[in-house]
Amino acid sequence: MTGTGNRRGLSFYLLAAFFGLFVLFLYGPIATITILSFQGPEGGLTFPMNGVSLHWFRNLFEQQAVGDFGGSFRRSIALGLTVMVLTVLFSLLAGFAFRRRFLGSGALFYLAVASLIVPSILVSLGIGLLFNILGIEPTWYGSALGAHLTWTLPFGLLIVFAIFNRFNPAYEEAARDLGATPWQTVRHVVLPILLPSLIGVGLFGFTLSYDEFARTLMTAGSFNTLPLEIYGMTTNVTTPVLYALGTLTTLFSFTVIGLFLAGVMILRRRRLRRTGGAA
Amino acid sequence: MTVSAAPSEASSASAAPRSGGVRRSVLRRVAPYLQAGPLALTLLVFLLIPILTIVAVSFWDYDSIRIYPDFVLTNYEELLTSPVTWKTYLNTVKFAALTWVITLLIGFTVAYFLAFHVQSTTWQMVLFLVCTIPFWTSNIIRMISWIPFLGRNGLLNSGLISAGLIDQPLEFLLFSDFAVVLAFVHLYALFMVVPIFNSMMRIDRALVEAARDGGASAAQVVWNVILPLAKPGIAIGSIFVVTLVMGDFITVRLMSGGQSASIGLMIANEISLLQYPAAAANAVVLLAVVLIMVVAMLRIVDIRKEL
Repeated sequence: MTGTGNRRGLSFYLLAAFFGLFVLFLYGPIATITILSFQGPEGGLTFPMNGVSLHWFRNLFEQQAVGDFGGSFRRSIALGLTVMVLTVLFSLLAGFAFRRRFLGSGALFYLAVASLIVPSILVSLGIGLLFNILGIEPTWYGSALGAHLTWTLPFGLLIVFAIFNRFNPAYEEAARDLGATPWQTVRHVVLPILLPSLIGVGLFGFTLSYDEFARTLMTAGSFNTLPLEIYGMTTNVTTPVLYALGTLTTLFSFTVIGLFLAGVMILRRRRLRRTGGAA
Repeated sequence: MTVSAAPSEASSASAAPRSGGVRRSVLRRVAPYLQAGPLALTLLVFLLIPILTIVAVSFWDYDSIRIYPDFVLTNYEELLTSPVTWKTYLNTVKFAALTWVITLLIGFTVAYFLAFHVQSTTWQMVLFLVCTIPFWTSNIIRMISWIPFLGRNGLLNSGLISAGLIDQPLEFLLFSDFAVVLAFVHLYALFMVVPIFNSMMRIDRALVEAARDGGASAAQVVWNVILPLAKPGIAIGSIFVVTLVMGDFITVRLMSGGQSASIGLMIANEISLLQYPAAAANAVVLLAVVLIMVVAMLRIVDIRKEL
């Protein structure tokens, strides 16, 4: 890369310091509550540490008054996985559709963009009202699923657009010239090229749904998802058990992100090896 | 959009056997509708119809128990004539403006460092990931995590006191407008960094080289070459940040400790009091305001070209 040249001037170090502060700003607070979640049984919400223990983690699993932590966690995972699969599928299909002109393509594109900018609470309120008027009971696997999709699908669609814009149609033409059917072209040429990006779409789908609060508020019905449960805790729990929960969910998020990244890396390495072998 | 493939598709179709060609061309014409169907249906049922429902309900009447289908303008009248509404809008716009300016400065600087000062592509990817990972973790937890830092006996106060800079703990740190804006910046800076970085990575490095050969200083290169070419990214980031802040209620409620207001919070409160028509009227006005802001920002950039 040519860029600012090879010499690293003062500006490089100033910018690097700024970047370091930004990273500290991003991760500092979460690191703090991770440390504080190991407070001793007598410890409070702030420093100093009053001993070190796993008291609050145990507390999290035994205390029934806090609510249904286990159930809400399971529901959030099930919902996140469903949203992930549907987001990948729907946005990939729509991505294929948008490669050609079709009636209403402009309107659909703007509807998807509108879905990104409409405030979450409106989606929540709108679906809540609609179900209320129609007399349908809102559920986390019905109305909340739809509400989450309005947030994850536009992200998925935009990512798929970005891939197709960089996609070289010559690969498909080559496959066709060699006698591949359209389905074979998609299966053996297009999908393998898209796969790493589709994993990215999946990551967006799962994590955005897993953490979504505002869109779930009026659409989840009688059973809470994890963010609703956590929000409930913030208003009536004033012990480090809150931090223990924060530490666990963040750890879980990091694990999920790590798995996705590992998946992308393995795919890339395998492809590198394969193309290297072919050459 | 890629339309360049169309001619070759047509020629290959005509080369195929006749009957198969006809069937395939019908399928080809129907295919986009089938492919776009699931997306269109989802957005129709869970976005468009709910919003139309909100618009309809905003004209309904209500009492303390239930809501009635009607056509009254009282919801809008009460909303727009109340000084509370105007004060709340002012407050929300203030949050949005402050967050926008700060995230823009941070986002531009961070993206500029990553795109132009980090030389190895591997490091670029690693550092970019470091910036984006928090985006995929829980917002509520990220807000809560400021409590031990900003609280009355928090890290910042005790640090400042032991450094001898202050004798009394600063009260404005937590549960204040300051905390709200801080949390917004913390949550949404990523939405600026990513699109600006994306724009900057597409800038032809030869342009920067040419400017430098022409005698431009580093600052002139940033101002006259990089900034104008990064505008699409800035516009996209701004749209994200402004719309997220304008519609927020959870951050304001948690970080101000109930002492500050935003339009989203006002709507959430009306919902919890079951005053759905009032909440709906409020939501319609908010949507109009947000859309006007977005259209204004979109004049700067055609996002469809920028993906």
